[in-house]
Amino acid sequence: MSTKTKTEIASMIKRIELISGESLFKCYQCGKCTAGCVMADEMDISPYKVIRMLQLGLVEKALKSESMWICAACFACRERCPKEVDLAKIMEALRVIQIREGKPLIEPDQVDDKVIEEMPQQGIVSGFRKYN
Amino acid sequence: MKYSYFPGCTLHTQTKNFNDSIKSTSAILDIELEELKDWQCCGAVYPLTTDSAMGLVSPYRSLQKAHECGNNLVTVCSACYNVLKRTNLTVANDGEIRTKLSNYMDVDEYAGESKVLHLLEAMRENNGFGIIKEKTINPLKGLKVAPYYGCLLLRPSKELKFDDPENPTIFEEFIKSIGAVAVDFPNRIECCGAYVSITSQRKVKGASESILKSASNREADIIITSCPLCYHNLAKEQERLEKDDYTFKPIPILYFTQLLALALGLEVESCGFESNKIDARPILKSKGLIYRGDA
Repeated sequence: MSTKTKTEIASMIKRIELISGESLFKCYQCGKCTAGCVMADEMDISPYKVIRMLQLGLVEKALKSESMWICAACFACRERCPKEVDLAKIMEALRVIQIREGKPLIEPDQVDDKVIEEMPQQGIVSGFRKYN
Repeated sequence: MKYSYFPGCTLHTQTKNFNDSIKSTSAILDIELEELKDWQCCGAVYPLTTDSAMGLVSPYRSLQKAHECGNNLVTVCSACYNVLKRTNLTVANDGEIRTKLSNYMDVDEYAGESKVLHLLEAMRENNGFGIIKEKTINPLKGLKVAPYYGCLLLRPSKELKFDDPENPTIFEEFIKSIGAVAVDFPNRIECCGAYVSITSQRKVKGASESILKSASNREADIIITSCPLCYHNLAKEQERLEKDDYTFKPIPILYFTQLLALALGLEVESCGFESNKIDARPILKSKGLIYRGDA
């Protein structure tokens, strides 16, 4: 059960729409985003379901999902969406809400030294931009 | 033709062989690349939020500087290209952000007047790769090359306008111009998993594996890319496949300018093959395309 009031949920939805610049309600659930998503298999909640949950006001549940951290922002979903919903921006909004509330996915000192040594600088920079 | 050149963080550090081959091949193709002075990292990802302009400061600074030099800006890393080109479009269309950025940095306002080009586009400007054909003295005959585009060169296509997002051809044209055979493989435009691998290489396994197997099934000799992160993820996945799947034969992954260097007749030693995770020299030697080297 949600601990939030209807007004609080409505304002969280508005915040996601404001940060992403996208309208959640344009999505009509065709599932094309998910069919073409190379990371969907790794997600606990499929991309189209994340949007559906937000449409239904299940914001807290969506924020608890790992899917936003698995999205690689490759824009295949945006490219193919018949309603031109930029799901990558919605995933980004979910990430930054968590990060701004002090809940980043990773802290720099948690990343293995070997990963930092092997990964190209571009990967390190983008990883920290998305996850911290 | 003269351009300002933005190498980006990785080309100056981990992938010097990419940067070196860019410089040596561009010089032969009459593309003068003048590296931007005091450039900064572009940020590696274009900010997708509407309520903060901080992520645009660094790419805006590079764009503004290139414009002051009077040049269009060339970059090669797929991430730099994505970030710089999208930022250029944003500052062209959004006066409010433009003013905010200029005021914050205390620089003249820049409204996206200069162009951002990928090196492939700059090469194609000259008679549709005609100059490459003309200067190729060691055509890579019989070499089957899989062009791996990945995501950041192509998408979002409405902003980047780099190529057809579902059926791109620029890499194929490039491959033909150096005398090699372009391998048509289904996963050439799919994402490798990108930065997700910073948390765990396992999470990008599915994405990277399908790209490699797709190229392998079409019997590619070599995969080319222009993105250091794609290079890394694919190479790491090959390491795993080599251990876990005895049927999989590793495919050398190269930056496209390394192959170009070979085709343009540069010494094998200056193509930077020794820095690649999987040595391309044995396959190049077996095809009769190099006669020396360590292979």
